[in-house]
Amino acid sequence: MGEAMRRWGGGLGTLFRILGITSLLFLYLPIVVLILFSFSAGRTFTFPIIGYTTHWYAALAENSDLLRSLKNSFLVAAGVVPLTLLLGIPAAYALSRIPFRGRGVLEHVFMLPLMIPGLITGLSILLLLKEFNLGLSLFSVVLGHTVACLPVVMAQVTARLRTLDPRLEEASQDLGAGTIETFLRVVLPNLTTAIVGSALLVFILSFDEIAITFMLTGTENTLPMYIWASLRRGVSPELCAIAALMVAVSICLVFTGLRFSKSGAE
Amino acid sequence: MAVQEGLTAPSSPERTRLWSQTGILVLFLGPAAAYALIFLILPYASVFRFSVWAVENYGIHQELTAANYLRIAENPLYRAAIRNSLLVAGIVTTASVVIGYALAVYIAFFSGRGQSALFFLLVIPLWTSFLLRAFIWRMILGRQGILNSALLWVGVVDKPIDVLLFNMFSVCLTLTYVFIPFVALPVYAALEKIPKDLIEASMDLGGSAWVTFRRIIIPLSLPGVVTGAIFTFCLSFGDFVTPTLLGGPDVLMVSSVIINQFGASFDWPMGSALAVIVIVIVATGVALATQLERRNG
Repeated sequence: MGEAMRRWGGGLGTLFRILGITSLLFLYLPIVVLILFSFSAGRTFTFPIIGYTTHWYAALAENSDLLRSLKNSFLVAAGVVPLTLLLGIPAAYALSRIPFRGRGVLEHVFMLPLMIPGLITGLSILLLLKEFNLGLSLFSVVLGHTVACLPVVMAQVTARLRTLDPRLEEASQDLGAGTIETFLRVVLPNLTTAIVGSALLVFILSFDEIAITFMLTGTENTLPMYIWASLRRGVSPELCAIAALMVAVSICLVFTGLRFSKSGAE
Repeated sequence: MAVQEGLTAPSSPERTRLWSQTGILVLFLGPAAAYALIFLILPYASVFRFSVWAVENYGIHQELTAANYLRIAENPLYRAAIRNSLLVAGIVTTASVVIGYALAVYIAFFSGRGQSALFFLLVIPLWTSFLLRAFIWRMILGRQGILNSALLWVGVVDKPIDVLLFNMFSVCLTLTYVFIPFVALPVYAALEKIPKDLIEASMDLGGSAWVTFRRIIIPLSLPGVVTGAIFTFCLSFGDFVTPTLLGGPDVLMVSSVIINQFGASFDWPMGSALAVIVIVIVATGVALATQLERRNG
């Protein structure tokens, strides 16, 4: 490293190191505190912490409302993940490879739910369902989550397709494979990392989603809706334990996702 | 290509190719497009349609009227709600851009060997429940919360501070906390693409670190900033979780009013009209930001 790069890392570097580390502390101290209090023996959130217990975690296993909402969240995600993948992957392929009139507009339409707040996406589907006299259930939640998660899959797959050499597909077609065969045997295998990555992301987005669920769920609660309902009565140590577990699950998923995308890149 | 078409479609290769392209398009894009039509375009259109109807005698009167919009324009409560949401979204976007940008620069250029671990730390919050990250602050900022008890314990204050929770401050703080990674990640992606040679060249030519930062790093990372700012603005503008959990009477936001129209007030047309206004504001924001990026790019 030359003298020039040393100057680059000098005063400016020190400034950004301080700012960066401060922001990381801002992001992570609350999470550390949350985990700490999920093990606190007292019911209140006050320092100093008097004793430690795993009682709150043990209590979760006996909370039937919680377990039911957890099961519902899994059910919803189990619908949303395959639905978004089945709709999104071929659509992203068609949009990136086949030129046609109105393509640009269509791309933007698909991305709308990323920009429009979930509350409004949720209530818009609610209005539609009411117009056709359809009731609310976990199924309507799946429909809503799919609208919101479809652009996530499409964006990830499109980004991967951009780095995929189109000559591979040309070669396959020159060798006599049709478009569908080329898609299944040449394109799809190359999309594995993007597909796994977006499946994980859609799973967690659906699992954590609240705004659309809030408008579209019937009598059943998902996990975030259960937390939401409990929060109206105030924060409790049980909620802290649930939150700490959710953070742990997120960390595992990100770790898996990054591991996977790295191994795919090599 | 011509050889292959000659083999598979001897009669009229061009037409066959065109037909098959259309067939493939329908097959691949059709299902997603149909889904988007039914569950995205029609619903958003419903919002517009409901917004020009009105409630009369506890039923929805399906006749074209601008009454809802006029009421929004006249009613100070609705106007305040829209203003509050704009203000909160503006503050949160500015704060998230500044903090997220600094964080991204630190990780991209100055974190040394820890870079991949720090990148990991940047992604985790994005994969962690929004609701959960909002409720952490309710725990921390409350009158008998973690921060107050810590301050009392250490002896910085002798009675709990009341002004931390249920006001504009707690809403903006929490939303900024939530959206910093939304800015930091796209900015980091943009910074990663800047060749290190460019920085070295600028420094070699006698530019100071500050000049290099201002003239090279900032312009080249602008697309990432715009992406992050758009997301932050749109999502914080329409959020209802944070104002409900941490807001107070002085921060009535438009999302809470909409929920009220769909719940207790049971005035769906009015709620829809407010939703249309949110959509219009969000769309204007996106258009302005894209324009800004194009002019600078």
